[in-house]
Amino acid sequence: MAKKTQGSQRPKLAVWKFSSCDGCQLSLLDCEDELLDVAGAVEIAYFPEATRAVVKGPYDVSLVEGSVSTPEDAQRIQHVRRQSRVLVTIGACATAGGIQALRNFANVEDFTRAVYAMPEHIEALSTSTPISYHVFVDFELRGCPINKTQLVEVIGAFLLGRRPNVPTYSVCVECKRRGSPCVMVAQGIPCLGPVTQAGCGALCPAYNRGCYGCFGPMETPNTAACSAQLQALGMDDPQLTRVYRTFNAWSEAFRRESEIHDA
Amino acid sequence: MHVLERAQFDTLLEALQQHGRQVIGPVRRDGVIGYEPVRSAGDLPVGWADEQEAGRYRLHHKDHGRLFDYTAGFHTWKRYLYPPTAVLWQASRDNGRLSFETPSETPPKFALLGVRACELHAIAIQDKVFLDGAHPDPAYAVRRNNAFIIAVNCGRAGGTCFCASMETGPRAQGGYDLALTEVAEDGRHYFTVEAGTKKGERLLDELELREAIEAERAAAAAAVEAAANQMGRQMPVDGLRELLAANPESPRWEAVAKRCLCCANCTMACPTCFCSTVHDSAAMTGETAKRERVWDSCFTMEFSYVHGGSVRKDASSRYRQWMTHKLSSWHDQFGSSGCVGCGRCITWCPVGIDITEEAWLLQEAHGGPTRTGE
Ligand code: SF4
Ligand code: SF4
Ligand code: SF4
Ligand code: SF4
Repeated sequence: MAKKTQGSQRPKLAVWKFSSCDGCQLSLLDCEDELLDVAGAVEIAYFPEATRAVVKGPYDVSLVEGSVSTPEDAQRIQHVRRQSRVLVTIGACATAGGIQALRNFANVEDFTRAVYAMPEHIEALSTSTPISYHVFVDFELRGCPINKTQLVEVIGAFLLGRRPNVPTYSVCVECKRRGSPCVMVAQGIPCLGPVTQAGCGALCPAYNRGCYGCFGPMETPNTAACSAQLQALGMDDPQLTRVYRTFNAWSEAFRRESEIHDA
Repeated sequence: MHVLERAQFDTLLEALQQHGRQVIGPVRRDGVIGYEPVRSAGDLPVGWADEQEAGRYRLHHKDHGRLFDYTAGFHTWKRYLYPPTAVLWQASRDNGRLSFETPSETPPKFALLGVRACELHAIAIQDKVFLDGAHPDPAYAVRRNNAFIIAVNCGRAGGTCFCASMETGPRAQGGYDLALTEVAEDGRHYFTVEAGTKKGERLLDELELREAIEAERAAAAAAVEAAANQMGRQMPVDGLRELLAANPESPRWEAVAKRCLCCANCTMACPTCFCSTVHDSAAMTGETAKRERVWDSCFTMEFSYVHGGSVRKDASSRYRQWMTHKLSSWHDQFGSSGCVGCGRCITWCPVGIDITEEAWLLQEAHGGPTRTGE
């Protein structure tokens, strides 16, 4: 069992939100059966999405959703880290900067001027960055959104004091285990599965679509070889830049590959 | 040798079903032919043939109405005999007492329909891995021992097939209960049927099929002969085992690593690859736990993880492990090649890496035979 912070019966779990859409937090709420177990095993100490009750820190495990994209985010994450024994980031925003990291490839003021009537009221950093750029992170759980089974696994692992079982190999492994025909080979549909980390259960290929890369780069992504094949299937450079620039655009491997094709 | 008319095909399936068997056979879905439950001949890929090349698979429909004109399917039979995920044990804690149990579900009694010659060899290889020795695998044993195997001799070879050079096909040489050869010519459509076991003979008796006449035997033999002469590829087996063992530092490994995605598709698609890993999981309350076995691959980092890190960090060492195991060290370990020439790893590699091509390049780089025969 995880060591308990002083004065508490059960370990205290906090869930924090930064720049994000709430989808990952909702995955936790979506774990109907497991959530009862979670609620029994831990004291849910801070989780504004589910409850208004706030229990003071420090916390045994903090789950952090969202990226750092405002000056306020950058300060608040330091505060969260100081109060958390274990800090786990959840989702593409928190682990890679999210879709909002597209601004990192452009000038953020161009966006604020285009989107908001009074851009002078918008206080945004020029980049959206993962939590690990700012503080030490104990574990990163990938996905846009995260997989709830993996989330339960990670919480359970930290509570029991063991290593979470979250594979880092390709989506193709799950695709083949599931028995789905490869869409690249059988239909010529471009797929990011070979360079993307497993976790979704190879959902898109099972519905005749290529993988979009929601779980970010796999352990040893050979993006150059993948791009060569996507080119052979008819993608040009602008399209290649775009496929790597989605929810995990700012992850190292996808960012570099997107830049190679961005003339 | 007996004859089953095409119009009678359902009687074979019905007989198997009456024996309480679940028939698994070729089924077309999402642009491929895979192996899935079959209820009647209408579920079979009537008239469909595959076109296979490195990294490419397409189906085409023809008017000949053949049931088995495709070659190696997308799935392998290991999916049924050695399922991708299996619970090994479950544990629960009741008032502080820990109890363990093996999973109680009994797998269906399978009838595997349409097993090709290379696949029979692959099953024999997995038998050796899972059943020989002091600790036979119970999950495999129960499925395998209950399975009824209906082989189909290939009447056509695929673009990535090379069973002839591995001496594993295209004719089934044993390891089946029944073997069929499909003949569709001169307005007739029938199957010659041979029994390979007592179980097979008994089923043949039940079906009350007539004996084949000489012309039918000859037509069946000619069909298989034609397939042998159509092999899409050839494996340069001469001296290959020794050459692989002697060249762990070949520059070829770096060359193929540039293209290899380490995606593991080849090992997952291969009918002989047997590697697995186990995952333990526990309910949040700590009251129940289970251990599951899942297919694994030597292309993952975790596969070679020992204290401190992975031994095979780069693609060159992982591709070398795969190819050397299949074609060289498998002989040392199990007394045969680990490759039966089905071509799946070539077809289903998303970037079309071809194990026969890599073998030729290795041979040529290290003084072995060349493709031009010089
Ligand atoms: S469909 Fe995509 S994820 Fe599935 S095996 Fe093919 S490349 Fe891999
Ligand atoms: S190594 Fe390739 S060709 Fe040989 S048995 Fe395996 S999948 Fe088939
Ligand atoms: S090639 Fe790799 S996955 Fe296949 S049996 Fe050998 S070590 Fe296992
Ligand atoms: S050889 Fe092909 S299928 Fe196998 S790991 Fe490499 S890229 Fe994937």
